[in-house]
Amino acid sequence: MSDSVGAAVAVHDTHTGYERLGFVRTYIFSTDHKMIGRQFLFLGLFMLVVGGFLAMLIRWELGWPQTPVPGFGWLFKDTEGVIPPEAYNMLFTMHATLMIFFVVMPIMVGCFGNFLIPLMIGARDMAFPKLNMLSFWTGAVGGVIMLAAFFVPGGAAASGWTAYAPLSAVTEYTGVDWGQNLWCISLFVLGISSLMGAINYITTVINMRAPGMTLFRLPLVIWSLFITAILLLFALPVLTSAVVMLLFDRLLGTHWFLPKGGGEPLLWQHLFWFFGHPEVYILVLPAMGVTSEVLSTFSRKPIFGYRAMAYSMIAIAFLSWIVWGHHMFVSGMNPMIGMSFMLSTMVIAVPSAIKTFNWLGTLWGGSIRFKTPMLHALGFVSTFVIGGLSGIWMANTPVDIFIHDTYFIVAHFHYVVAGIIFAMFASVTYWFPKMFGRVMNEMLGKIHFVLTFIFFNLTFFPMHILGLGGMMRRIYDPTQYEFLQALQPINHFMSISALLLGASQIFFIANFFWSLFAGKKAEDNPWKANTLEWSAPSPPPHGNWAGSPPTVHRGPYEYSSPEVEEDYFPQNRPHPALTGAGSSARVGGH
Amino acid sequence: MMSWLPENVSSYGGAVDSLFYLVYYITGAVFFLVMGLMIFFLVKYRHREGRRARYSHGNNTLEILWTVVPALILVVLTALSVPTWAKIKSHIPPTDLTIQVIGKQFNWEVTYAGPDGKFGTEDDRTFDNEMHVPVNAPVKVVLLSKDVIHSLFLPNLRFKQDAVPGREIPQWFQATKTGKYVIPCAELCGFGHSGMQGYLYVHTAQEYEQWVKEQWPSS
Repeated sequence: MSDSVGAAVAVHDTHTGYERLGFVRTYIFSTDHKMIGRQFLFLGLFMLVVGGFLAMLIRWELGWPQTPVPGFGWLFKDTEGVIPPEAYNMLFTMHATLMIFFVVMPIMVGCFGNFLIPLMIGARDMAFPKLNMLSFWTGAVGGVIMLAAFFVPGGAAASGWTAYAPLSAVTEYTGVDWGQNLWCISLFVLGISSLMGAINYITTVINMRAPGMTLFRLPLVIWSLFITAILLLFALPVLTSAVVMLLFDRLLGTHWFLPKGGGEPLLWQHLFWFFGHPEVYILVLPAMGVTSEVLSTFSRKPIFGYRAMAYSMIAIAFLSWIVWGHHMFVSGMNPMIGMSFMLSTMVIAVPSAIKTFNWLGTLWGGSIRFKTPMLHALGFVSTFVIGGLSGIWMANTPVDIFIHDTYFIVAHFHYVVAGIIFAMFASVTYWFPKMFGRVMNEMLGKIHFVLTFIFFNLTFFPMHILGLGGMMRRIYDPTQYEFLQALQPINHFMSISALLLGASQIFFIANFFWSLFAGKKAEDNPWKANTLEWSAPSPPPHGNWAGSPPTVHRGPYEYSSPEVEEDYFPQNRPHPALTGAGSSARVGGH
Repeated sequence: MMSWLPENVSSYGGAVDSLFYLVYYITGAVFFLVMGLMIFFLVKYRHREGRRARYSHGNNTLEILWTVVPALILVVLTALSVPTWAKIKSHIPPTDLTIQVIGKQFNWEVTYAGPDGKFGTEDDRTFDNEMHVPVNAPVKVVLLSKDVIHSLFLPNLRFKQDAVPGREIPQWFQATKTGKYVIPCAELCGFGHSGMQGYLYVHTAQEYEQWVKEQWPSS
């Protein structure tokens, strides 16, 4: 143990001595993990606005089918403002692609991974700062390529975010030419970016923890990001290879996925979902980690079952590799294999249940403060419970026969993946003081939460009912089907809710930018939290701590400990009995 | 019991629907339990001056309990579902009627083998978006595709199966009630995906005989 502490100290010392850098090295080509984190945040928020706008267009079409879009009719000049079906396919394809790859991943993994890992493990930066910078800029190039697809002849990809071959593999089937190629190239580039990030995160967590920061003293959000990075390392290359194979089928005349040349369309599905299911956990694990931090801090209570929380994330990571077939129950895959995937999928619900019950255990007996981050974390727990439980319906193969490819599925993954937006808002509002040195407005934050939570549920919950009524996903106009016409008022209602959900985000944008420039200056530790990032100045300078980096004495969740007078006990604060000093004077922990 | 699903007219639909409602009640109960506890805790343990949070790191008995109980429920649920799944997807009952359904952008081509019972002969007849079957008789459906993946969806028969180019996928159903039922395509298949639909006509045995005579008058 003492050897590793010594090694950690040596690593720390090599990173001291940051000189003042010019504008370009500070704000653009920065190697500071915090600036790279902020860059990922702004990339993600920008893409959130684009992806959200596409969602509004989708809901317009479903609520008021084949009528001109008010205000944005000029986007569809040839059809007098009406969204044509081929454009509709493009909208939902790009909505999902942007939200998954360019919103949730950059914000939850890119931004908070970068910002939090060094600060929370007590390191001055990432293990490979230049690789980190390269990872962001590679990802940004991927984003530009993805957006460029909107402007090429034929438009952007229109074969769904799942890009099932042969629809995605042959231009004639969709009429989309370079749009689909750029989709492949963009995800290839993003795959490289994620790989660089993953290697960096893993190396940093393993090698650069502060003295005393054992694995089981890591905050759960770091556990979640560490496990996410391992999943990224193994899952993303599968997608990266698959999109190259798809691109070769499109451009070079190979037949990986085309039956005409002896290829196999189901191979694409196996590759895509072998990546795709771990991907779901890549998206949701950091959200679970953040939720654990926030629930514990604002309940002023240690997290319930710390080890169970860490082990359940490890269990999710392992099981996530053997559940991909549940996306393919009616694909033509051997039904016998379907049975084993049913069992593994049912079993993966268990670690998620463990996490939920431990969150409840954390609230039990707490002294709960309803600050904005806490409200959002509770919002995430509620939506995750609904999304998790609806997953059991589709894990059940006979039931899945009916609900597969219906709006029930759309409801399920919006409750899980779109629900991450609550964890995202929890993270932004919780760490905003550390990131930008200012506190966000609490009143605007609460209004934003309440409106978002209400309209989120009014938008997505009725999707379950549509799905059970048989409404297929990805259809352009439900009124084309006699059996769906009775459900159209629900679509109408959901579209109005979705527009209001979109409009509610104005409160967040206003609060974000107003607080950025005019918010109240933040203290070092405004939430009176235990983890190491709060022992650094707000915002921390390049190198994070002015003096020597912190030493860790205890776990991250020592709230309301009987050993101290206050209701928190920072990880880096020496025990008062050892120093003989009064406890309150040392709270800052510098 | 609230009826969320469309009317069931399939011989195996009852088994699917029972599993559906079983899962519905289990997950519904868990939802109200978890949300009820959460709201109760949020109200009861809200911050009040002078009260300190309970200093507890967890409870191993509870951890074991809430690991084992959900695991048991889910494994039992899986075991209950296996026979229904096997019945629907793995065992096609003996049948006199085999229909070939070919998905193509953006139609269902429904082919009958005709009196000789063989596909690919002159007496085959193909209908666009129209399938006729007798009631209370098992029907074998062989799914193919000419271009991209489509998915043959019969909401009322609790039937769904993708049609994959390069593969022949045999499936079956048995309708229990006469009438006209929709057959939408459930897998995105291009710009005309929305609106791609056919109809299944379930006839009485006599009506079906009559329909066969009209289609193949010479035999």
